[in-house]
Amino acid sequence: MQLTKSNNISASLAAAACALLNSAVQAQENTQANEWQFDTAILYYGETDRVQLGEGVFNAKKDFGDEHIFNGKIAIDTLTGASASGAVAQQGVQTFTRPSGNGQYVVNAGETPLDDTFKDTRVQLSAQWTQPLWENITGSTGVHLSKEYDYLSLGVNGSLARDFNQKNTTLSAGVSYQYDSIDPVGEAPTGLSPMVVNNGQFSDESAFETAFNATRATDSKDKNTVDLLLGVTQVINRRMLMQFNYSYSIADGYLTDPYKLLSVVNTEGVTQDILHENRPDKRTKQSFYWQTKYASDYGIADVSYRYATDDWDIDSHTLDSRFRVKLSDNSYIQPHFRYYQQSAADFYQPFLIQGSLLPSVASADYRLGEMTAYTIGLKYGQALDNGREWAVRLEYYQQSPKNAGFEEPGALQGLDLYPSIDAIIAQVSYSF
Amino acid sequence: MLIQLTKKRLILAATLVASFTLNGCADLGVKPWQRDLLAKDEMALDAEGIDIGLDDHIYFSKEATSGGRSFAGGGCGCN
Repeated sequence: MQLTKSNNISASLAAAACALLNSAVQAQENTQANEWQFDTAILYYGETDRVQLGEGVFNAKKDFGDEHIFNGKIAIDTLTGASASGAVAQQGVQTFTRPSGNGQYVVNAGETPLDDTFKDTRVQLSAQWTQPLWENITGSTGVHLSKEYDYLSLGVNGSLARDFNQKNTTLSAGVSYQYDSIDPVGEAPTGLSPMVVNNGQFSDESAFETAFNATRATDSKDKNTVDLLLGVTQVINRRMLMQFNYSYSIADGYLTDPYKLLSVVNTEGVTQDILHENRPDKRTKQSFYWQTKYASDYGIADVSYRYATDDWDIDSHTLDSRFRVKLSDNSYIQPHFRYYQQSAADFYQPFLIQGSLLPSVASADYRLGEMTAYTIGLKYGQALDNGREWAVRLEYYQQSPKNAGFEEPGALQGLDLYPSIDAIIAQVSYSF
Repeated sequence: MLIQLTKKRLILAATLVASFTLNGCADLGVKPWQRDLLAKDEMALDAEGIDIGLDDHIYFSKEATSGGRSFAGGGCGCN
């Protein structure tokens, strides 16, 4: 259930690049150690009737002199509710077994199935060290750890950045390795095995448990992820800065979501069986990322575009833009707009038809289906005395899953199989 | 086959962009004394570091793609 992402290295690379860019201006200051700088934030993320997330972040940074920079971060979040399970809505009531095997939950007619009793707490720790190694070359290395009830993630990273052309160009190369181990509630179900639901057909509780346990794998579930990142940062002119990144990522191991389901329906669209999903055990991703920042007289524009493609056949386009408008010498307002679009994974199936050949991999997780999403938001920030600053932001996020061309038999036609998701993001930040 | 072709084209495009950037570098950029605007904290590429970290967490768990700006990392993104 690990939701984190190691962006420390990028932050460090960007910090390193920025440090190089700023070095001429700040040459006198950088020879001595600076005070600690702390950045804190509290975030609320809430979907209508689904996931609610609260997260607190504490980041501490210190320059020990000569651009020897330490950055440490702790994040704690707590999550309740779940995204859609993958099973399709039905005209009648549906009963599902909880992941633990202890108890059931009931989904009403016409409603998208999800297990809304889901809860988890995550703690994430990371540390990054960045320093000049040779003339014009900066190195950075870091570790991170993330732990929650059913998930452990450990990662290391390292990168080098070299600057050219009077520090107007910076080339960087980095690598990260991550080990993830998942120990699902109720153990991981065997891929595409049927969910065992106690509808009174078992003679006693132990007969149910025996049937339930027969669908569970007892071996440990883990995966290894290696990421490579190549970047170019270029100063265009006095007002403009650009960055291009290419990244290549290989994930190998258990990539299935043990809590996701898949309905098998008959030609009338009525559910006959519920299966546990099964994803391929390898995924190779590539992405191309471009970002530019422009300082105008009115404020700062920050625009980025990402194209990503992978061997699951998911292609995505992401456009992100922020414009920081200066209101006064110490305050700003910042509109934010983000647009996202993805194609469906080749093994994505909103449901399976009874009697057709069972594929070796299949998932009905809408997050692997065709989808567009956008975010619109506003942030207000104010600088206080002694380098302190506070900010607040409020955003609205909407996901619109789409039918990627699957014909819906019978009763499914009258149901909303691709409901949109609305979420509110609210955040308060304070730096000192 | 098609996928491979697309990937090759993408790699070619990336190489072209990179080489264009590098070749163009001699004409681009500023002198050290012209960095007044670039040196501002809010002009750093990761000026919104905390916000971006939190956003990445959300989008990582809600969408199929992650990374690009930084390492995509692992994680299962369940629920």
